[in-house]
Order: sequence, then C-alpha cells, then structure tokens
Amino acid sequence: MSTPLLEARGLVKSFGANRVLRGVDVAVPSGSVTCLIGPSGSGKTTVLRSLNGLETPEDGTVRIGDVELDWATRPDARAVSRLRGQSGMVFQSHNLFPHLTVLDNVTSGPVFAQGRPRAEAREEARALLARVGLADKADAYPVQLSGGQQQRVGIARALATRPQVVLFDEPTSALDPELVGEVLRVMQSLAAEGWTMVVVTHEMRFARQVADQVLFLDGGVVVEQGPPSEVLVEPREPRTRQFLQRLLEPL
Amino acid sequence: MNAIDWDLVRSSLGPLLDGLLRGTLPLTAVSFVLGLVIALVIALMRLSGQRLVSGLARAYVSIIRGTPLLLQLFIVFFGLPSLGITLDPWPSAIIALSLNVGGYASEAVRGAILAVPRGQFEAAMTVGMGRTTTLRRVVLPQAARIAVPPLSNTLISLVKDTSLVSTILVTELLRKAQEIASPSFAFFTLYGVAAVYYWVVCLVLSFGQTRLETRLSRHVAV
Repeated sequence: MSTPLLEARGLVKSFGANRVLRGVDVAVPSGSVTCLIGPSGSGKTTVLRSLNGLETPEDGTVRIGDVELDWATRPDARAVSRLRGQSGMVFQSHNLFPHLTVLDNVTSGPVFAQGRPRAEAREEARALLARVGLADKADAYPVQLSGGQQQRVGIARALATRPQVVLFDEPTSALDPELVGEVLRVMQSLAAEGWTMVVVTHEMRFARQVADQVLFLDGGVVVEQGPPSEVLVEPREPRTRQFLQRLLEPL
Repeated sequence: MNAIDWDLVRSSLGPLLDGLLRGTLPLTAVSFVLGLVIALVIALMRLSGQRLVSGLARAYVSIIRGTPLLLQLFIVFFGLPSLGITLDPWPSAIIALSLNVGGYASEAVRGAILAVPRGQFEAAMTVGMGRTTTLRRVVLPQAARIAVPPLSNTLISLVKDTSLVSTILVTELLRKAQEIASPSFAFFTLYGVAAVYYWVVCLVLSFGQTRLETRLSRHVAV
C-alpha cells in the first residue's frame, strides 16, 4: 500500500480539564474522500482543525505530503503555517471576507498570501467560480448571495491556493435544507475530479455515496473506521449503531 | 447697551475664520492623523499578547485618560524645558494633542479589532496570510467600519479641545476671539461668533460621519 497523502498519529488535545482528543489516528490516501462523523462533542471538528493547526494539540504528529509537524515539540508559528499551507479549508459559516467581492475573496489567498500575479490569479479564480456554478457572481459581494452560493464561493476560495487536501468543517450544517444539495453536488464533483478531501459532516447520504472511508468518533477516539458500506451499513460497534439509529429516528 | 454688537460681529467674521482655517482646523487634522497612528500602535501593543508590551500600552492609556489634557499640554510646553527640551507653541500643541488622541482612540481601535469575528482571522490564516497581511487585508478594513462612530466622537472632541492650546499662545479660533474682544470687552459677541464657528465645524463632521458610515456599510448589510 502506498503512503497516505495525509497522516495524523496520536492526536491529543484538551480544552481545560476536558480531554477532547485521546489519541486519534487518521490516514488519508491521495485522491480519496474521508468523512468524519460522530455525535456533537465527539472531537471530529477538533481533529479536522488539528490537521491545519487552527487547534494546537498537545501531542501527536500531522503530516501532509512532505511537511510534517510534531505537536509535542511545540512548533513555532512558521512551522504551523507551513503545514497549514498544504491544505485549504471550508468553514461551517463560510467566513467569506464581507468587504471583498466574490472574485477578490477567491484571489485573496493567491494574491495576498502567495504573491502570485493578480491577472493570472483572477483568471484562475474565474475558472474556479465557473467550476462551482457562480461565474456570473464574480463582482457580487458575499452579502448579496444565498447561503448555498456563499458556501460554494468558500469552496472556490479554498481551492484557489492549490492545496493538496481540502478540509470541510460541516459545510452544510448552517444552511437551509433546500440549499444543502447544491453544495453537496459541488463537493461530489470535486471528489470525482480526484481532490483529496476530509469532511466533517452529518450528511450520511453524502458519506455513503462519496466517501472512500468513514471514521466514527466518540469521546475523543476513533471508535470505528472503514468503507461506508461497512461503517454506515453494517457497523460493528454498538456506539456506532446507536448513533446511526438516532440520526434515522430522531424522535 | 446691546449684548451683541452686530458691526463687531461682521468685522470679526473674517479674522475669526482666519483663526479657524489657519489654527483650529490644521491643528485638528494633523493631531488626529498622528493620533490615529499612535492609537493603532498602542492598540496592537495591547493585543500583542506579550505581557510587557501590552502592559506598557495599558499604562500609556491609563496616564492619558487619567490626567487633564490641559495639564498634558502644560507639561509639554512649560515642563519639558526644565529637562532641556524647549519646543515652540505649535509643535508642543501638536505633540500634546496627538498623544492625547492616541490614548483615547486606541481603545476604539482595539475594540473594533476585537469585534471582527474570529472566523475572519481563521479564514485568512487558512488561505495562507500571515499576521501583517491578515491585519492589513482582512481585519483593519472591517475594523475601520466598526471604529467610525467612536472615532468620530474623538474627532469632534478634538476640534473643541484644540481651544486649550490658546493657553500656550497658539493663535487659533478661541485665542483670536480673545485678542479681538480684549480691547473692547465685547466678550459675549466674540465668544458667541467663535461658538457658532465651532458648532458649524462639528455639524459638518457629524454629517461626514453619517456619509462615511453609509459608505463603509454598503457591502455588509443588504
């Protein structure tokens, strides 16, 4: 088996006295989609945010491509930003820059951070906007868009820095139900194009159709992992079964 | 005897306007711009997370806010010479006013920076921006909008606070009024005209504030 593109080992993280990660391992092969699922407070978002250093674990390592970080050594800001540069992120609440147009949001990484020529970045950004179905919104401001459109701009912005991995933090959780589909369809097509994706989600149908592997977390550990056909359809662990049961029958 | 001498009003309009245009307004403008620079530096020092640096900034704000502006002015103009630093009235005035504005405005700037949502910093980091770029491209443009109302207050106060520098012989609007009024004892008339000038300037600034707020919020709310 080839080396995974992204590998995290032994992630440990506490918020005060609350231990939210108790030794989490994640391995993501290149071109695959990994879904992190689990109840609220299970640590899935913390795992995701540890992969790009938005959270600072006390222990464990994260490697993306050939950039590796050992959290136990208290890496400095420069080392963390080097790791962060390997990935792009899509947030639950999109976090678009409200004072910039859609196009400038997408070029913000390439132009402001990577110092790429503006003309080239703009051309690429227009292609990305077309890619997420928003070619005609380049000059709009985020506030003028629907939630689903905003999130698709968020995806284009995350792709614009040409990351090796795209991290999604519950990208549809803040959306009205009828807008969820347009975002998931874009994500599905990215997966089909071969993007490497790590997705924290409650969308079980998406996980089942698109994911190559599913990790079920609970209490800060990976309780069960495997292809969706196993974890989501025939889970071995009682806790996984219980969780899926609650999703199917909330009442 | 009439309280208001209308001939004197007419003849003093020009000289007082001169005091406004060549004294009060340039003092206000220069002190405000320098004060904003100081305010940004102090605000960033307080947000730096380094104990010594933020402590210094905190002490600065405390001293500026805890002592009268008139006294700060006197220390610069009358006090510094005993340390061997003698400054002319104008530089003294600008230094004292700028330091004072810097202290007050730094709190407005700090509050505005803190009001920019955490997610904006995170989004900037995830597209690869460092601290300085994040500040310049993401945080300050948004903080500017939030800081307009409190900074407008500071500016409008400053217009009137410049009158204090009449005590160190800077010729501005109030001092001009005093000079013209003294020989004739027509204080009511001259101070009345000066008051109208100050008020009009502040009206114009308030109007400008509203325009600026509208302009800066145009992409934030539909």
